[in-house]
Amino acid sequence: MKETLIIAGFGGQGVLSMGKILAYAGVMQDYEVTWMPSYGPEMRGGTANVTVILSDRRISSPIAHVFDTAIILNQQSMDKFEPLVKPGGTLIYDVNGITRHPERNDIKICSINATEECAKMGNARLFNTMILGGYLKVCPVVTMDNVMAGLKKSLPERAWKMLPQNEEAIRHGGEIIVEVR
Amino acid sequence: MADKEVKLMKGNEVIAHAAIRYGCDGYFGYPITPQSEVMETLMELKPWETTGMVVLQAESEIASINMVYGGAATGKRVMTSSSSPGISLMSEGLSYLAGAELPCLIVNCQRGGPGLGTIQPSQGDYFQACKGGGHGDFHMIVLAPNSVQEMHDFVALGFDLAFKYRNPAMILADGAIGQMMEKVTLSPQRPRKTDEEIVRECGEWAATGKTPDRKRNIATSLELRSEEMEKINLRLQAKYRTLEENEVRYEAIGCDDADYVIVAFGSSARICSATVELAREEGLKVGLLRPITLYPFPAKPIAELAARGVKGFLSAELNAGQMVTDVRLAVNGKVPVEHYGRQGGIVFTPDEVLDALKTKIINKQ
Repeated sequence: MKETLIIAGFGGQGVLSMGKILAYAGVMQDYEVTWMPSYGPEMRGGTANVTVILSDRRISSPIAHVFDTAIILNQQSMDKFEPLVKPGGTLIYDVNGITRHPERNDIKICSINATEECAKMGNARLFNTMILGGYLKVCPVVTMDNVMAGLKKSLPERAWKMLPQNEEAIRHGGEIIVEVR
Repeated sequence: MADKEVKLMKGNEVIAHAAIRYGCDGYFGYPITPQSEVMETLMELKPWETTGMVVLQAESEIASINMVYGGAATGKRVMTSSSSPGISLMSEGLSYLAGAELPCLIVNCQRGGPGLGTIQPSQGDYFQACKGGGHGDFHMIVLAPNSVQEMHDFVALGFDLAFKYRNPAMILADGAIGQMMEKVTLSPQRPRKTDEEIVRECGEWAATGKTPDRKRNIATSLELRSEEMEKINLRLQAKYRTLEENEVRYEAIGCDDADYVIVAFGSSARICSATVELAREEGLKVGLLRPITLYPFPAKPIAELAARGVKGFLSAELNAGQMVTDVRLAVNGKVPVEHYGRQGGIVFTPDEVLDALKTKIINKQ
């Protein structure tokens, strides 16, 4: 098993922390794990991305230039990363703010409207865990138990009261993701 | 999985944890991307409340390295960290530390240069780290980690070698290794050395407080009498020869049957290990020699590979061609040695390196 994933969007959307939850979940599942952020001049409003690799073998290069899966959360990232999904791979995107939908026919494409669902639930901070839930429905690389353990590990203790809401968001993400083609 | 002492951490964060656990006495530094998490983590962990380790944000890199000089002169385990432009500011201090034969640890989490450059990863400081890093004839011991685990392990190794040879040691990492998170197994907490232990181990040279039964210990690199200064230089050179004899470390992947060998260190070596996998899938016998100590450089194993019949070497570095000069010296003209690199914070892909190996070496034979 080897999953090379890029999560890309705006700074402030929780891109890096989504990667971190997944990386921790990978550790709980005894996988080898690398988490490589874009650490450039990104900030709230700028673009941010993170590459997460989960593997049952030693990971040679932590830096990837093509991906099994791309989770895309804004138009700039769509333009940049759609061409970099491996043939047969998966592209998951949040439809909010997307003006040009993905065009490739040689990859699986799934969409999720987590922005709107979070607004309905009245908590925009559940956005990244909802997206994560959608991803895990399509690519169940780690078990739900390990995701929850990873989530707990990646949050400071003062935020543990948010765990049930995030668990609900992960489940809901799995329900609302749709396969486009 | 049971809750092992396995953590998920950034390379920079693990430097801080490893320093505390090693029993480091003091850290002096000044923030700079991409290594600021070293001091941030130390400040969060507050080791002054547990082990008694001092953590101080100095007013500049120049102040940091001179604080390191002061701490090292008393036999304490002290360190600093910075990134390329900050290391340049420290270069006078590095030369003084080497001249006064003071052990310490410096971490350089390289970024792209020259000048203020970029904050993305680079290996453009190889020459600076390995060929001096300041004025005068001196060497630092230079360790090149290629994983978060090695970032952890080389803190202890760097301090141990620094004290064994009374010489500054540098961990030469880069933005990629510093910023990425991987699994790491942390070492158990060791106690800091007591004053008595320091007197016992470093009493010959360290300024630990003069007692009536010994001469004064003076930490200095100044010697105005040329004959004496030459003797000091010869002693330093003898030490470097001992280092070259005894402390070379490297990793060889698939080199035993290799027709072609890639030489790469640090984050590049991780990428090139994927190149080796790609090449082997194509039926090309390619190996990877990864210097772990950049100084002392693994010249002998490279020379042995050339003598054994390897048909060409590619030095893959995130710079314009620096380590390639040492590979060429080791190979000594027996077979072609070429360089492939990207600069300015761009990181090459495994395929790019394989293409370079083919176009620069394999297809020319």
